[in-house]
Amino acid sequence: MLKFIAKRLLLMFIVALGVTIMTFSIMHFAPGDPAEMIAIARYGTEDVSQEEIDWIRAQEGLDAPVHIQYLRWLNHVLHGDLGRSLITGESVLTEFLLRFPATLKLAIASMIVSLLIAIPIGIISATKQYSVTDNVSMIGALIGVSMPNFWLGLLLMLLFSLYLGLLPVCGYGDGDIKHMILPAITLGTGMAAIITRLTRSSMLEVLKQDYITTARAKGLREKVIICKHALKNALIPVVTVIGLQFGWALEGAVIVETIFAWPGVGKLLVDSIFARDFAMIQGCVLFIAVIFVLVNLMVDISYAYLDPRIRYEKEGR
Amino acid sequence: MESRLAVIFKQFLEHKIAMVGALIILFLAFIAIFAPYIAPHDPIEINLKERLLSPNGEYPLGTDNLGRCVLSRIIYGTRVSLRIGIMVVGITSAVGIALGMMAGYYGRTLGEIIMRIVDIMLAFPGIILALAIAGALGPGLFNVMIALAIIGWTGYARVVRGVVLSIKEREFVESARSLGASDFYIISRHILPSCVAPVIVLATLGMANVILAAAALSFLGLGAQPPTPEWGSMLNGGRAFMRTAPHLTTFPGLAIMVTVLAFNFLGDGLRDALDPRLKEKVIER
Repeated sequence: MLKFIAKRLLLMFIVALGVTIMTFSIMHFAPGDPAEMIAIARYGTEDVSQEEIDWIRAQEGLDAPVHIQYLRWLNHVLHGDLGRSLITGESVLTEFLLRFPATLKLAIASMIVSLLIAIPIGIISATKQYSVTDNVSMIGALIGVSMPNFWLGLLLMLLFSLYLGLLPVCGYGDGDIKHMILPAITLGTGMAAIITRLTRSSMLEVLKQDYITTARAKGLREKVIICKHALKNALIPVVTVIGLQFGWALEGAVIVETIFAWPGVGKLLVDSIFARDFAMIQGCVLFIAVIFVLVNLMVDISYAYLDPRIRYEKEGR
Repeated sequence: MESRLAVIFKQFLEHKIAMVGALIILFLAFIAIFAPYIAPHDPIEINLKERLLSPNGEYPLGTDNLGRCVLSRIIYGTRVSLRIGIMVVGITSAVGIALGMMAGYYGRTLGEIIMRIVDIMLAFPGIILALAIAGALGPGLFNVMIALAIIGWTGYARVVRGVVLSIKEREFVESARSLGASDFYIISRHILPSCVAPVIVLATLGMANVILAAAALSFLGLGAQPPTPEWGSMLNGGRAFMRTAPHLTTFPGLAIMVTVLAFNFLGDGLRDALDPRLKEKVIER
């Protein structure tokens, strides 16, 4: 187990390093002179003189070769300094941490929504394979995957807020749970579709095992077999996907937060993109990726812990 | 070989959902090709006297805030979305196959490097990286395509590498090699054909993902710029008029969903017909 964790940590280190290179490169995807862009962002006008641009170039160290710039930036990042917003001058780190709890709340709420929908449907589908219920749920899951979350969000808003007047249209509402319902459902539906399919296929796999036949032969009630014997093992792959779900939640948050004016990091990222606030964009992307990498690491380790077969297979390589 | 194809084709025909998907895709392709003949109005002609009309006889799906016919814009939008899908999937699958092939066939070092790059790309939750790249490049459909291409090749590379690794050691490849076959011969005659099935499945599902992602980026304002009739940006444009003109926020979304759904239906059916083992891998990605 320790060997497995060590190996995973080493891999994570390589990935994290690559992530910083990728994130650093984002700014260099932009056409034009970065110093000029910073000048424009900072002074809020296109009309900047060459002296000002040169001054910023020297001040920001943009005259150094790219790899030196990267190492300097990395050094800052490793010391917890993600720079300052080009627009507001606020520390990127502070701003991100200020916004993160809202996103975390939304992500957790949407995961709960998705698990509440997905696990029961997945189990029922698996126990009644090829029945009408199963077919309908599987088509429903495909519809769920294909549903653009920005459209679902607008439709829910249209129905529940504008027509029925039951829920607030948008905003954070000082953490009032009513404001969270629609964003959480919007974000949770797409995830639910994927978890439903996974729960079903993994349940089907488990139900074929010998120990289930044994349990049936013992005369245990079907309910006990499903809930006590099968479910526990069937949920192992679901655990992995919950990790990936977190990534999807962050991804979906970008859109859902924009629609519902939810003050999380997704909206922060989108706003920064339109303000061309590169320090903030880099900070957000780097942070989101690092969180995603850490969550995946935790999932991998817990997966190996839950299912020893994984651990041996990977160590044996 | 023919009998195997026949079996696949038969399985495919029996898969009703995949057939539905294929029919919808044919229908969409028809609409995209003959858009000028089908659309009742010019999709970008502004007519301020007839703005924000609800669906009626003249405008079956109503008009938007500039008086443009929503139905015509949706019809022309089919062209935009399918074109993005085909171009991005074409580029990503070609790059992914080439890199996956190299990673699987040639040496451990190169393979390790390519797979670590894949790991790094997968460390970003999908659209976040595309969003940042598209944002840095600036708004525009072409930039969205570049961004989606940069993030999209990893799935193909992974699957192709897996296939190559499993086939490389098989007897028929060994015997071909011992008979003096060149690498090019082995790759093109033995390895590439085995990659066709999984790549077709991935590419079909990839069409769904790319169209959805491009619509999402356009919805955020990064993709199609006015007056291009693109479904995502139409939805975004309709948001301001949700209360008075809800048709602007319903129909374009329906078009996105039907298109994406059709490709998912088809991809699902193809996967069942071509390679049931692929099932879990694709879902996880």
